[in-house]
Amino acid sequence: MTILDIKSLYLDIRQPILRGVSLQIKEGEVHGLVGESGAGKTMVGKCVLGLLPEHAKVTHGYINFDGRELLKIHAAEWRDLLGRDITLIPQNPMTALNPVKRIEPQITDVLQLHLGMTATAAKRRAAELLNDVHIREIDRVLKQFPHELSGGMRQRVLIAIAFACKPKLIIADEPTTALDVTVQRQILRLIKELQANSNTAILFITHDLGVVAKICNRVSVIHSGRILESNSAADLFAQPKHPYTQALLAATPRFDRPADALHPVPAELIDALWGEARVHDAGR
Amino acid sequence: MLIGYWLRRLFWAIPTLFGVALIVFVLLRVVPGDPIAMLIPPGAREADIANLRELYGLDKPIWQQFVSWLGAVAQGNFGNSISLRENVLSLVLSRLPATLELAFLAVAIALLLGVLFAVASVYWRGRWPEALADGFSGLALAIPDFLWGLIFILLLGVLIPVMPISGRLDPSLDFNPTTQFFFIESLLRGEFRVLASLISHSVLPALALALPLAAMIARVLKNSLNEAMNQDYIMLARVKGFTRRRIIWREALPNALIPTVALTGVQFTFLIGGTVLIEYIYSYPGIGNMAIGAVIQRDLPLIQGLVLTFAVLFIAINCLVDASYHWLNPRVRQR
Amino acid sequence: MNRFAWNKQLIFGLLVLGLMLLAAIAAPWLARHDPLEQDLMSSFAPPFWHRDFDGNFLFGADSLGRDIGSRLLHGTRVALIVAFVAALLAGLLGTALGLAAGYFGGKVDALISRLVEIWMSFPPVLLSIVLAAVIGPGLLTVIVAIVVIDWTRFCRIVRAETLAQRELDYVTSAVTIGLKPWQILWSEILPNIAPLLLVLFSMEMGIAIVVEAILSFVGLSVASGAATWGGMISEGRLYVNQAWWLMALPMLCIIVAVLGMNALGDGLKRALDRGEKS
Repeated sequence: MTILDIKSLYLDIRQPILRGVSLQIKEGEVHGLVGESGAGKTMVGKCVLGLLPEHAKVTHGYINFDGRELLKIHAAEWRDLLGRDITLIPQNPMTALNPVKRIEPQITDVLQLHLGMTATAAKRRAAELLNDVHIREIDRVLKQFPHELSGGMRQRVLIAIAFACKPKLIIADEPTTALDVTVQRQILRLIKELQANSNTAILFITHDLGVVAKICNRVSVIHSGRILESNSAADLFAQPKHPYTQALLAATPRFDRPADALHPVPAELIDALWGEARVHDAGR
Repeated sequence: MLIGYWLRRLFWAIPTLFGVALIVFVLLRVVPGDPIAMLIPPGAREADIANLRELYGLDKPIWQQFVSWLGAVAQGNFGNSISLRENVLSLVLSRLPATLELAFLAVAIALLLGVLFAVASVYWRGRWPEALADGFSGLALAIPDFLWGLIFILLLGVLIPVMPISGRLDPSLDFNPTTQFFFIESLLRGEFRVLASLISHSVLPALALALPLAAMIARVLKNSLNEAMNQDYIMLARVKGFTRRRIIWREALPNALIPTVALTGVQFTFLIGGTVLIEYIYSYPGIGNMAIGAVIQRDLPLIQGLVLTFAVLFIAINCLVDASYHWLNPRVRQR
Repeated sequence: MNRFAWNKQLIFGLLVLGLMLLAAIAAPWLARHDPLEQDLMSSFAPPFWHRDFDGNFLFGADSLGRDIGSRLLHGTRVALIVAFVAALLAGLLGTALGLAAGYFGGKVDALISRLVEIWMSFPPVLLSIVLAAVIGPGLLTVIVAIVVIDWTRFCRIVRAETLAQRELDYVTSAVTIGLKPWQILWSEILPNIAPLLLVLFSMEMGIAIVVEAILSFVGLSVASGAATWGGMISEGRLYVNQAWWLMALPMLCIIVAVLGMNALGDGLKRALDRGEKS
C-alpha cells in the first residue's frame, strides 16, 4: 500500500525549485532520492515535513500521506502527524540536539506529547529506545548534555527520537554525510536494522549512490527539480536508463572496477539538463 | 576548578576596591573646602576647631589619613559620620536593605518586561506587536531612569494621583520590624497590608529603574531568539510537532538567555547606580538617597563608606551575572 | 563611504539639533523677558492653554514670576554648551587612551584597561555628584564631571575597534613601509574609526544633557537662579500640585533633546553603514 504519494509537485522560492516531482513510497520501503546539491532533493523532504522557507510557494501538485492531503490540512492536524507518523533523521547530528537540555527530556518530550505517556513511562521507554540504538551506559547518556557525546552517539540518539513513536514514514536527510566513514557504516546498518524490525517507510535523501546501494529498495534520481528516473534499486544499478544516471554510476567508485574507470559526469550533459529545465519553465 | 575561578575573581576584586578607595579619598581631600566648617557654629574658638580636626584626623597629611583609614576599614571600622554623628557602617547597613529590595524588585520587573516583549515580538514576527515592542524598547532605552522617575511622578502622582510618590511605607501603618528587609519580613509575618503599602510605594521607582534595563534585555534577547529560531534543533522541535509557543518558550528561550545575560551584564550595574537619583527623587530611605545627603553635607567618612559600598555592590552584581551565565550554559558549567 | 543614506531618525535628530542651536543663539531676541527678572505680582501666571491666560507669559511664570518660556530658551544655551564641550573633551580623552591601549597592547593596554575597570566600579551618577560637590557648582564643574565619568565609554569602544583595525592588512603594510606608530594612528586608524566616533559623539551629547540636568536638579550645576532645565524641574517639583507645567515643560525639553541626540546617533550609524555597503 502506498504511504506517501507526491504528484507533479511544483515549488517556487522566487525561482522554480521543483518542476513537477512525482514520487511514490510504499509501506516498509526504503526509497532513495539521489541527486547532487542544488537538485532539489532536500526541498522534497522539506515539503513533506512542512518546513518550507518563508517565500516558498507550492504552485501545483499534491502530497498525499496515508490518505491525507498534506498541503491542505490544518496546522494543528499537521502538528499531530509530525513527530508521531512522520519524523526526521537530520543531516547534522552536531547541531540538531538542543544544547542546553539533557538527552532524556529530548526523547521523552515526543513520547509524552504524542503517546500521552506519563513521565515515568516515558523515561522507561527512552531507556529502551537507547538500548535499541545500541547505546551502552544508557543511564549515563540520558543524564548527559549533547556536547558530551560524539557525533555518532548523537546521531544514534536522533535515530532513537525518530523511531520513538513508531512512525509510518521517516525522512532521512543525508543522515550519514556529516559523520566519519567508519561511523557512517554503523549508522546505516542501524537504520536498516530498525527499519526492518518496524517496517517503517523511509525517504532516504542522499547524494551518494554507494549509500543507496546499501540500504534502498527503490531509487529516484533527481536533477534540476525533476525526477529523471525511478526504479527498483537492483534494476537501476543493473540497467540505468537515463544518460544522467549512467554518468552518475560511472562517477561512483566501486570495488569491482579499477579506479581509472571513474569518469566525472560530463559538463555538456549537465548543461543540457539545465537547458531542458529552462525550456520547461518557459512552457509553463 | 570552579572554586579556583571564583577565588581568583574575589582576589582580583581587591585591587579594584583599593583603587576606588584611593581615588575617592584623594579626590575628597585635594580640593578646597573644609568639612569642619559645616560643624562649627559661627564664632567658635580656634582651639575647638583644632580639636574637631584632630578628632576626625583631618590635621594629618593625606597619605597618613589614608593609611589609618584603610587600616580601620580592614577591621570593619569605617569611622563616624560627621553630619549624622553615628557609626558609618551601622548607618549604611541600616539603609542597605531598602536599596537591595528596591533593586531586586526593579530587576524582576525588567526581566519580566524584557522577556515578554522579546518573546512577543518573535512570536508575532512582522506584525504589529513587533513594531510595538521595538518602539517601546527604543523609547525606554533613550530616556534615562532619572527622567522616567520624574515622568511617573508627574503622570501617576500628580495629574492622576493614584500612586504614592514618596517614602517606603505608609507612616500610619503599625509595623514594628526587627530587620530592615521590610518586604521579606512582612511576607513572612503575613502582614499583607504592610506588603501592599510597600509595593505601592516602590513600584514606581522600581519601574523607572527597570525600564532602560528592560529595553536592553528586550532588544538583545529578541536578536538572540531570532538567531536561535534558525538553528537545527528548532527545526527538529518543529518536526516533533511542538506548537510555536512551546518552541519559543521551552526550546529557543533557554538558549537565547545565555548571550543575553552576557550582553546585558553592564546594564545591571547601571541599575544599581541609578538608585542614587531615583531614591532621592522618591525620598526613598536607601543608601542612594543617603549618598546625596552625604555629598551635600560634605560628610567625608560617610561618602567614602557609601562609595565603597556601591563598588562592592557593583563587583557582586558582576559576579552574580557571571554565575548565572555559568548556570545557564551547560557547556561552561561543567568545565 | 560612497553615499550617505538619509533616514527618518537622522532627519529628526538634525531637526532637534538645529532647533536647539537656533534657540540657543537667538535666545536674547526670542525671549520676551529677562530670564532672571522677577515679578512677584505675576507668580504662577498660567500658560497659554489655561483659561486664565493673560497674554503676558506665553508658557506661564514660576513662583518668583519669572517667564518660563524665556528661561527654557536660555536653558537651551547651557544644555547645548555642556553637551558639545563635554562630549568633545570626553571623546578626545577616551579616544586617545583607547587608541593607545588598542594599538600598543601589552602593559599600556593592561594599565588603561585596569583603570577603566576601576572607573566602572563607581556609580556614575554618584561620582559626578561627588565631583561637583567637591569642585563647587558651576558650568565648568559640570563639564569636568561629565568628562571624568564618561571618557571610559569612548575608551572601551575605541580600544576594541583599534584592536580589530590593527589586524587588518592596511595597518600591516603601513608598519612595513616604516611609518611611526603615531603616524599610523593619526593617518591610518583614526580616519577609519571616525564614523564610529561621530556616532559615539552624538550619543554622548544626549548623555551630557541628562547629566547636566541631573546636577542642576540636585543643585550642583550653574549658580542657583540661572536658568537651567534641571534647575527648573527641581524648583517646579516644589509647586507641582499648584502648577504642574513648571515641572513638565523643562522635562519635555530634556526628553526631546535626548531623543533627538539618540536619533542623531542611530541615524548616523545607519546612514554610514548603508553608505559603506552601497
